[in-house]
Amino acid sequence: MPDSIAEIKPDEQFTAFLAEGRFMIQRGVETGTHVFFPRVVAPVTGEDLEWVEASGHGTVYSTTVVRKRPPEPSLNIALIDLAEGPRMMSRVEGIDAADVRIGMAVRARIVTAEDGPLVVFVPQDALDGKDAA
Amino acid sequence: MTTDAFPRGKTAIVGVSTFGTGKAPGYEPHDLAAIAARNALREAGLTFADVDGLFYTNSADTFGGGTSFAQYLGIQPKVIDNSRPGGNVFETWLERAAWLLDAGLIDCALIAYGSNQASASGKLARTSQPWPYEARYQPINPVSSYALAAARHMHEFGTTRDQLGAVAVAARQWAMLNPEAFKRDPMTLDDYRASRLVSDPLSVLDCCLVTDGGAAIVMTRADRAADLKAKPVRILSAASGTTHHNISTMPDLTRTALAECGARAYAAAGLGPQDIDVVELYDAFTINTILFLEDLGFCPKGEGGRFVEGGTIAPGGSLPVNTNGGGLSCTHPGMYGLFTIIEAVRQLRGTCGERQVAGARTAIAQGNGGVLSAQALAILATD
Repeated sequence: MPDSIAEIKPDEQFTAFLAEGRFMIQRGVETGTHVFFPRVVAPVTGEDLEWVEASGHGTVYSTTVVRKRPPEPSLNIALIDLAEGPRMMSRVEGIDAADVRIGMAVRARIVTAEDGPLVVFVPQDALDGKDAA
Repeated sequence: MTTDAFPRGKTAIVGVSTFGTGKAPGYEPHDLAAIAARNALREAGLTFADVDGLFYTNSADTFGGGTSFAQYLGIQPKVIDNSRPGGNVFETWLERAAWLLDAGLIDCALIAYGSNQASASGKLARTSQPWPYEARYQPINPVSSYALAAARHMHEFGTTRDQLGAVAVAARQWAMLNPEAFKRDPMTLDDYRASRLVSDPLSVLDCCLVTDGGAAIVMTRADRAADLKAKPVRILSAASGTTHHNISTMPDLTRTALAECGARAYAAAGLGPQDIDVVELYDAFTINTILFLEDLGFCPKGEGGRFVEGGTIAPGGSLPVNTNGGGLSCTHPGMYGLFTIIEAVRQLRGTCGERQVAGARTAIAQGNGGVLSAQALAILATD
């Protein structure tokens, strides 16, 4: 059994990286295929995985608005295709939940939720001319 | 062995029953399933004692649901299956039971389900554990997952809210012809347009009912079926497939596993979509009907929205779909898959009264599990 398997504690390490301000995903050491959600071994091939920092670039694959009873604001839920390939659920912040569009270019940022650090996305347009988070 | 192998026509459904499919207060899930099971067996002239293959789950199931129900019925079956991929499991069990019957391992299969979710909690029974990589974003599942699929279908193919509405209205029009349906009051496209959004683009009237309900079917080998009381319905084929568990890992939100397992089922039956008289689909949400009609080849991929416009799948339309009113307007006790089989059998027996499809000889009964995750179907025919 390679040592690297024993060294990967998927959920624990993903959360610890986020606490350091780093959005890390995984990559197969043989095929170079990127992986999200975090696992101990790669899907399909079973190869070993290593952590790599995500570019933070993504595109909205689909989007919905969870309607809340006013005055609670409605909540965006989006599926984001990461530039590296994997898809993840997240939300797009910084614009009205209903204004999020499929195909929209977005950038990741880490926010502090009640239960710890969380990866969300903001529209790329909103960042133009500013530093990416 | 070829991938389309199946003991075609070698097994049959010889008894079906539903019980308490609206509200059934005072009953536990086992109670509802037991009444349906007793009645389904009685249709065939059989009793619990004849059952040697039991396939069972219920709305409160955790561990040992199958043995617990066998204990309730007072039987010691050779085969007990209590797997829970989702509401598609009943078509998958039908598939497995056909093989086990044909192999001679069992002689009489009982597939049963009971749910008191509406009376017990008033909500859809929780079907899976929250997964942190999705749950932390607070989707309302399952509706938000199906909403993401609907939004993607609209984006890729131009599908509209009114086309989703056509699915809901057609289901209600069928339900109005079915005395057993829970929702029988008239519903128009304007009613649909006015219904409150839950998770865009899906509104309250895009979502299935929350009801109680028990259901059961009985299967034997076709040679024995001929000697039993009820008119048997032959199983030409059945197939199952899966693509994912959580919606964020579904490869393509507009294509379900039915495209693959549907093709296997057609090949094994020696039929195609043009040969099917009645289609019973698992319409937990309106987008399901559109996706499944496409994946089963009743129209090209992307054309489902336009296909259902103008009453195509409503009473009097060219393709009878969800003739009991479906999960949208007839019943949805949490896992609906057994009810599509039962409605298909009743149509093939010709016992559906006002909603009977004249001369129905072939039917598809389809099941969907999770969030479009697991799919299965059976192709049935008159004896």
